[in-house]
Amino acid sequence: MINLLIHFVLMLAMPPLLLGVINKTKALFAGRKGPPLLQSYYDLIKLARKDMVISQTTTWIFVAAPVITLVGILMAGCLVPLGPFHAPVSFTGDLILFAYLFAVGRFFTTAAALDTGSPFEGMGAAREVTFACLSEPALFFALLVLAKMSGTLMLGDLLHAPLMVSGQGDPASLVLVAIGMFILLLAENSRIPVDDPNTHLELTMIHEVMVLDHSGPLLGLILYGASIKLFVLGAVLLHILFPFQSGSALLDWGLFIVEMLGLAVGVGVVESIMARLQMRHVPYLLIAAILFCAFGFVLLVR
Amino acid sequence: MNPLLNALLVVVLALNLFALGTSRIVTVIKLVSLQGFLLGLIPLLMEEHLGWSATLASGGAILLKGAIIPFMMLRAMRDVQIKREMEPLIGFLPSMLLGALATGFALLFSKALPLAGEHTTPLLVPAALATIFVGFILLTTRAKAITQVMGYLVLENGIYIFGMLLLGTMPLVVELGVLLDLFVAVFVICIIINHINQAFSSLDTRRLVALKE
Repeated sequence: MINLLIHFVLMLAMPPLLLGVINKTKALFAGRKGPPLLQSYYDLIKLARKDMVISQTTTWIFVAAPVITLVGILMAGCLVPLGPFHAPVSFTGDLILFAYLFAVGRFFTTAAALDTGSPFEGMGAAREVTFACLSEPALFFALLVLAKMSGTLMLGDLLHAPLMVSGQGDPASLVLVAIGMFILLLAENSRIPVDDPNTHLELTMIHEVMVLDHSGPLLGLILYGASIKLFVLGAVLLHILFPFQSGSALLDWGLFIVEMLGLAVGVGVVESIMARLQMRHVPYLLIAAILFCAFGFVLLVR
Repeated sequence: MNPLLNALLVVVLALNLFALGTSRIVTVIKLVSLQGFLLGLIPLLMEEHLGWSATLASGGAILLKGAIIPFMMLRAMRDVQIKREMEPLIGFLPSMLLGALATGFALLFSKALPLAGEHTTPLLVPAALATIFVGFILLTTRAKAITQVMGYLVLENGIYIFGMLLLGTMPLVVELGVLLDLFVAVFVICIIINHINQAFSSLDTRRLVALKE
């Protein structure tokens, strides 16, 4: 019960901190002082108190999309176990639901972008959907590897598979899946090798360009949802990267938080040392992610 | 069998694909140097009781493949002032897919090979075959002499992985002899690169057909 409570508190409260950690890491690399760690929280509070400007060409989809996206991501977050604990909701086959809850969010974000009638936003929507076509197979191959390894189709048990095999077994396919999932994490959260969250040049943006017309609380919801998405996918990746369990619940939660912050630092380091890929090279990266996850599967079943 | 061995070999395979996919020559050199370093660790993982010969082979490989040869290549790079492989015979994405295909087939079909019992579980044989093939792709489809050298190194890395199967029985002298050959070959190629650059003010080996007596 108390674990369930911590799950929700962490899922709701921690994500903006991850963005702060990423920005701080990037600032350190650039030799700047950087914004305070809690800046994302301040931003969200500021946005929540602002007025909204809604274009007259838009329909209800434009207003509903950020809410639906956020709810979809939160529901997906309920399916993912954090650390060695159980997920709040779990049933056979929920990995499909997990993948498509993100897809629902993506559908409504792109629909809202098209709803504005702005050519830039339409372009961003087209890019988002194109790249999603490539990241979805990678996610499914990764889940397939874990499902095969654990022999279950429940996301909760399946993500604990690396914990089970860490003692004996062969970590080779897990290494491949981890590489693939890390690329996926960067691509899905529009981080640097794929998309630059700081850019404001419409021609090169993917995710940011779709939300140009959103303002005030709606923009806040979008930013908050994006940070939760980073948190949820990060939690999935952590299962593969650090399958450790100490036994004591308190220690495990502490370990999970430290691992999560470490992952944020890792993302920050990648963003600092890499340049953004050219738009036409992004599919290469995503195909590489598919290949890695697929190889993990081949390695397991051969 | 050490479970870390397979994890390490899988990283080696991943590095192969990255080396095929990038156009920056410096990145290729760094990837191959990392690959050489990781391969140098294999003898340490394979031997239960670490003998001095395994340690020496491992140290030699790490030093030569991970440090000295990449250093030489980076120096050569600086002298000839090129950064990218411009027009490979097969594009970067197709060659990456080709390499991935080769890796997949190597993984699938190495099961069918009549190997000794202790050689079937580690990925040594498929990793060796895939790495050799990737080296072959780099060597044949890239136009710049430096990238071809990197292809040669990857090819040699594949043969090195294959040699790990015989680690217990192969004399140290053979191992060191191979490393020395490699060193001399790369040394000579660096000189050749310099000469090509002076003669054609480019590193495109396809221009060598223009040479006349």
